[in-house]
Amino acid sequence: MRYEAPETVERASALLADSAGEARILAGGTDLLVQMRSDIVDPALIVDIKRIAETRWITEEPGGGWRIGAAVTGAELKEHARLKQVWPGVVEAANLIGSTQVQGRATLGGNLCNGSPAADSVPALIAAGAVATLAGPQGRRDLPVEDVMLGPRKLALGKGEFVVSFGLPPRPPRSSDAYLRFIPRTEMDIAVVGAGVSLTVDASGTITEARVSLGAVAPRVLLVREAAAAIVGSRLDRVAQDRLEAAARAACTPIDDKRGTVEFRIQIAGVLARRTALIALDRARTQ
Amino acid sequence: MAENGTNGHGYVGTRTIRPDGVDKVTGRARFGADFNLPGQLIGRVLRSPHPHARIVAIDTSKAEALPGVKAVITRDDFADQPSEFIPAGEMMMNYKDVVRNVLAREKALYEGHAVAAVAATSAAIARRALKLIDVTYEVLPHVIDVVEAMRPGAPLLHDDLFTAGVEPKPDKPSNIAKRVEITLGDVDAGFAKADVIVEREFKTAPVHQGYIEPHAALATVSEDGTAELWCCTQGHYIVRAHCARLLGLDIAKIRVTASEIGGGFGGKTVVYLEPLALALSRKAKRPVKMVMSREEVFKASGPTSGATVRVKMGATKDGKFVAGFAELKYQAGAFQGSPVQPGVMCAYAPYDMENVKVIGYDVVSNRPKVAAYRAPGAPISEFAVESVVDEIAKKLGLDPIELRMMNAAREGTKAAYGPKFGPIGLEETLNSIKKTEHWNTPLRKWQGRGVASGFWFNIGGETCVSLTVNEDGTVSLMAGTPDIGGLRASLAAVAADELGVEYDKVRPIIGDTGSLGFNFLTGGSRSAFSGSMAIVEAAKQIKADCCARACKLWDLKPEQVAWERGRVRPIGDAADKAKPMSIADFAKVAGKTGGPIVGYGRLNAQGAGPSLGTHLVDLEVDPETGRVTILRYTVAQDAGKALHPAYVEGQFQGGAVQGIGWALNEEYVYGDDGKLQNAGFLDYRMPVASDVPMIDAILVEVANPKHPYGVRGVGETPIVPPLGAIANAMENATGIRFTELPMSPPKVLKALREKGVTAK
Repeated sequence: MRYEAPETVERASALLADSAGEARILAGGTDLLVQMRSDIVDPALIVDIKRIAETRWITEEPGGGWRIGAAVTGAELKEHARLKQVWPGVVEAANLIGSTQVQGRATLGGNLCNGSPAADSVPALIAAGAVATLAGPQGRRDLPVEDVMLGPRKLALGKGEFVVSFGLPPRPPRSSDAYLRFIPRTEMDIAVVGAGVSLTVDASGTITEARVSLGAVAPRVLLVREAAAAIVGSRLDRVAQDRLEAAARAACTPIDDKRGTVEFRIQIAGVLARRTALIALDRARTQ
Repeated sequence: MAENGTNGHGYVGTRTIRPDGVDKVTGRARFGADFNLPGQLIGRVLRSPHPHARIVAIDTSKAEALPGVKAVITRDDFADQPSEFIPAGEMMMNYKDVVRNVLAREKALYEGHAVAAVAATSAAIARRALKLIDVTYEVLPHVIDVVEAMRPGAPLLHDDLFTAGVEPKPDKPSNIAKRVEITLGDVDAGFAKADVIVEREFKTAPVHQGYIEPHAALATVSEDGTAELWCCTQGHYIVRAHCARLLGLDIAKIRVTASEIGGGFGGKTVVYLEPLALALSRKAKRPVKMVMSREEVFKASGPTSGATVRVKMGATKDGKFVAGFAELKYQAGAFQGSPVQPGVMCAYAPYDMENVKVIGYDVVSNRPKVAAYRAPGAPISEFAVESVVDEIAKKLGLDPIELRMMNAAREGTKAAYGPKFGPIGLEETLNSIKKTEHWNTPLRKWQGRGVASGFWFNIGGETCVSLTVNEDGTVSLMAGTPDIGGLRASLAAVAADELGVEYDKVRPIIGDTGSLGFNFLTGGSRSAFSGSMAIVEAAKQIKADCCARACKLWDLKPEQVAWERGRVRPIGDAADKAKPMSIADFAKVAGKTGGPIVGYGRLNAQGAGPSLGTHLVDLEVDPETGRVTILRYTVAQDAGKALHPAYVEGQFQGGAVQGIGWALNEEYVYGDDGKLQNAGFLDYRMPVASDVPMIDAILVEVANPKHPYGVRGVGETPIVPPLGAIANAMENATGIRFTELPMSPPKVLKALREKGVTAK
């Protein structure tokens, strides 16, 4: 097994593109190293991207948008007071991954590229309208986060391509987001269902824009436009809540597995979508 | 001072600093995987991918040819063992099964069953070598569920297994290894007198002991056939015995050192890696180190039984229990030996009842062989009974504590399993719970409160310790039972009090098997109970020896000298003839007065008193998700005498937490393919620290008259009541009687929706 830690995007991409055997990207390693130890993967090449400066930055852009490096850890997000204020849902989602120790290593890029439909930070990023910036042998391109993952362990990345950073859009006033997941325990667990909601309200408290994303209820993390439509134009009253729950449930195509039944996941998806939207709404109104 | 046998500083019953604490918090303590030897090889196990398969052939030639591979072992490296049951603490064992569990012979009987092992110069080479071992399997139909395994026509695990305990002896083999029964009085007559009868069927999932430290062993076998072994175990003498038997070695030629242990809970009372590491080392002529992965721990060690239990109880309208019937079907795993016998015996043990009948079945299926787990068998049967007791209380409109109090076993009660109880403390625990602020605090909607009691026998057993007075008057204490719950601190306090020395002048260690006479393992809540009895014996020898030395030094007669208040003193008419001497004083003159001062305590401890406890729990159900939060938890248990109260409270708390996990989320999930799907802590959902509140512990001390300090074992009882207490609290919160564990969110939500119990 070969280990490389290049300092440029181009070099990393070239290494990945030229690798004959299985190549893996190492960011925090909280999934990769565990999978190697469990004999699930046996890569011929490991490319550590942490020495590429732009994978490690959190930057507020002049227009109000944000750029977050793919190898920024959950703990670093949490310690960024301004980011936490503007995107509390994204930050709280990243900090539900694993334990406190794991959050010191685990990254947004790794969480997405591990390709799990239950990844905690992904619904929050999708709800936030995040765009992934990919780099590859043909250069760079942007892809909405909801289009990066195609199915369990399947990504829309070409040979030699990897996620360099994420872009978050500028925030209008009275906007906020939230993420909730259902687990039977309080931590150190994996989402049975996850829900991310981002929304904006007008001065009267009516929702003008919304994005709703659900995790662990389908082969990939879903952007549920119908759920967003169910609450836009409302003040999230009881009727809108019921519409949101119904739309969220209608989008689910989960499986029965060790973590939950189909029936349970569908039921919970509605409950979580509503609870998450209420938190996001409360945050947006008090922004 | 002489009260309870103490005659020194009175450290017993105080919260002394644990002698093993500093090394544990600084990382110096050596656990199973922390031992290494120069030139050691890494051993790995090849495990069956099939839940049930005949092993037609094993070809190891390609693995052996791989550079770096120094030894490969299979079933051919172990002699077969005859079928013979021998007692192993609270369970029975049979070497014919042990040799087959260690390495599969005719068949692989569960996914993860060890089939071969390799030792190589690196872990990577060992892993590659495993892939080169060619096993020809003939896959057979499998059976996982206990009820299905009992059906005629179910896939048969052992064609020589005929149900024991039934007349006439069956002429066909089955998966039912054994039927056991206990009867007291006449249950039919009892039910005839009942005004209320409740009958329910319960189901529990198998749960793992969940120790954080995986099994680990380091073995080295010399060319002359002597062997040394370091491993994490609850009983290194037992490991020695098993390994000597399986490898055909003299017991004197194996020396086993127990490491610090990162949890055992009964699961480290058997051997898995140890004989393999020894056999590999013998073949390779190099030390061999083996450590299980977490996945291996789940697939191939532990757990305890899952079960199906039917309980029928009758009571008069004023609440007197008049009859109790139960039928228990326990999974044994791939080989017989579930804890159904203690499950049967404990089912009704907390209650004074005239008519009891309990039947149990020990059933094999294609799962890992169960190992002991904290009060083996008792939590399952007592969960079922405590649930029914609660339902009777509700039917009769009686307070559940009052109902238990009315029927509580007490001194003189004849237990259905045989003996008449001596002094026991169930009533005291019920009273303590009733008086808590917790019991008297109101609850809100969706919150529930539950109470349940629990019983465990406890055992004594063979125990050997030594006390050595060093040249400077300090004392070396050696015990031979691994310290899994505060043994060293407890024994050091007893030794300090007995010998009149300061607690920090006593250094307790756990000796290896070459250092002391045979010690049965740490289990059955026996080590502090038996160990402290042995310390008292050893101290008695030292005190007698010092008195004899004083006679010579002072030129006095034996009757003029006595051990009083921590010193040897001249007494009576000789009282002013000499200055009293402490142990340290004797240490200074040891050489001149007969040589080293040593006490050796050895006994087969008898008189272990049962410990009873009562648990109280508050919880809250999220009606929209079925998620349960434990809000508050109080344990009251009879410790007899708590040698070290903080450690005893720790036992109460730990047992309660394991019970919470068993009740709410822990379970083995099998696919239709007979493979375990959640072999890791991510999906095997043990509680984490943030899942549980601080557990309040109330020490009840009803002295055990058979022990010099009044001690009872305390380690196991705390896991017995939580299952029932939580189920009862769930009923209180939702109005639904949950009869199937775990009460995980999908199950709870489904029940709430079916009953129309929802938030809206």
